[in-house]
Amino acid sequence: MEIWDLHCHLSGLPGRTPDERLGKLIEYADRMGIARLCVYMGMEWAYDPSPEKLREDNDAVLRAIGRYPDRAFGFAYLNPKHTQASLDELNRCVRDGPMVGVKLWVAMRCNAPELDPLIARATELKAVIFQHTWLKITGNLPGESTPFDLVELAKRHPNATLICGHSGGDWERGLRAIRPHKNIFADLAGGDPTAGVTEMAVRELGANRVIYGSDVAGRSFASQLAKVYGANIPDSSRRLILGENLKRLLRPILGQKGIRV
Amino acid sequence: MPRRELIDVNVNLSRWPMRRVPCDDTRELAAKLRRQGVTQVWAGSFDGLLHKDVASVNARLTEECRKHGRGLLLPFGSINPMLPDWEEELRRCAEAHRMPGLRLHPNYHGYKLDDPALGRLFKFAAERGLIVQLAAIMEDERMMHPRLRVPPVDTRPLARLLKETPSLRLVLLNALGVLRGPVLSELLDAGETYVEISMLEGVAGIEKLLQHVPLERVLFGSHAPLFYCEAARLKLKESVLTQEQLSQIRAGNAARLLASAQSGA
Ligand SMILES: [Zn+2]
Repeated sequence: MEIWDLHCHLSGLPGRTPDERLGKLIEYADRMGIARLCVYMGMEWAYDPSPEKLREDNDAVLRAIGRYPDRAFGFAYLNPKHTQASLDELNRCVRDGPMVGVKLWVAMRCNAPELDPLIARATELKAVIFQHTWLKITGNLPGESTPFDLVELAKRHPNATLICGHSGGDWERGLRAIRPHKNIFADLAGGDPTAGVTEMAVRELGANRVIYGSDVAGRSFASQLAKVYGANIPDSSRRLILGENLKRLLRPILGQKGIRV
Repeated sequence: MPRRELIDVNVNLSRWPMRRVPCDDTRELAAKLRRQGVTQVWAGSFDGLLHKDVASVNARLTEECRKHGRGLLLPFGSINPMLPDWEEELRRCAEAHRMPGLRLHPNYHGYKLDDPALGRLFKFAAERGLIVQLAAIMEDERMMHPRLRVPPVDTRPLARLLKETPSLRLVLLNALGVLRGPVLSELLDAGETYVEISMLEGVAGIEKLLQHVPLERVLFGSHAPLFYCEAARLKLKESVLTQEQLSQIRAGNAARLLASAQSGA
């Protein structure tokens, strides 16, 4: 069963440079049998990155994945508040570079119209779009999206491939919110390994809409893999969640770039 | 200690109040833990969080452990020192149920750690050689039920309390997500305090933990069945550990703690 990890970061790891850090991450990925890592955002994170900071973060990822092209993919970090700079980054990192996806975090809630040009362009380029979401009973950050915001975006962009980060955090509500919208996929990463999350995702979305990710280095590979290994689901579903779904979503853009997997 | 031993110090029987989880049936849970290679389980009860009739909670816990455990499950009784005559409950745990230890949930039971009742409870537990397990939190604060928001236990008064009860053996459960750095070190220095790995996160978490926590204070815990029990075992695989480190965390430390508590040493 080949494992691809949808959700990795370079922060919180030893190493002075992005490639040193990714090298370290790959050492642990090897221990856990993970073949490929999707990496996004830089060495230190910014909630509301400036155009310069976006370039710096994406440069870090480009440098890291450039060193390990057969182990890691990059997603371009964008900020909807900076439309032109984000479109420029999309062209630089995805159209002209090796990146295969987009990462949107907490700069602006994703139901905002400012996302439209970015989603449209990313979809033209066949990039998958990863949107962080959380439903926090303790209160979201001002620009932090909920799965409900993502649903609004998905309705406006039925051809986009959208991934609901953390399945909304409060996954019992998040999974329900995205359930009717077939172009939204569930990221299992980044929450506690609470038993039942994967079973519910498979039951409500179908195994082909559920994707393993870890959110390392803040989380462990161990706790997040356990969500898939520990779930009471058929092995055929496990195979989809651990790698085949992500492969299927990335195949068009990888094909365009001449990357065979 | 043979390497195949694995002692899980953080398990609960019965039902999580907010949802059914796989294996919230004792027989299924015991079977699953056995398949994971677990050889001994320190089991509390989810019922201990909210039930007021703690006497029946502890009686059921003892009975479930006996019926389904075949020597696997050791009961750790719930004590709520805010309930009338809790001292009798502690006596029953020790004498009637012959439990090796107790489990506390100060945040669910509504007291602070500087409450004088807790000082008395620690003293009684220490005198009777009962291990005390104190759960810092049960689930991510961000996704709690809106009508049941229970913040993590504020552990600041604990160091002083530990110094006042030097013979107490304390295991902090679910603590490594909320307790780190100097705050954690202070508690480890203040007495015979242990932590378990169920809520430890980060790549190679155990390797990093051992840089500032003494090996002999780290126990294996899964927080099953609320958490997938595979998570804790996979953490042992993710970190690069020596055979000695592995065997102490898997079972050596917990076995020594249990033996010393039971011998009153
Ligand atoms: Zn993340």
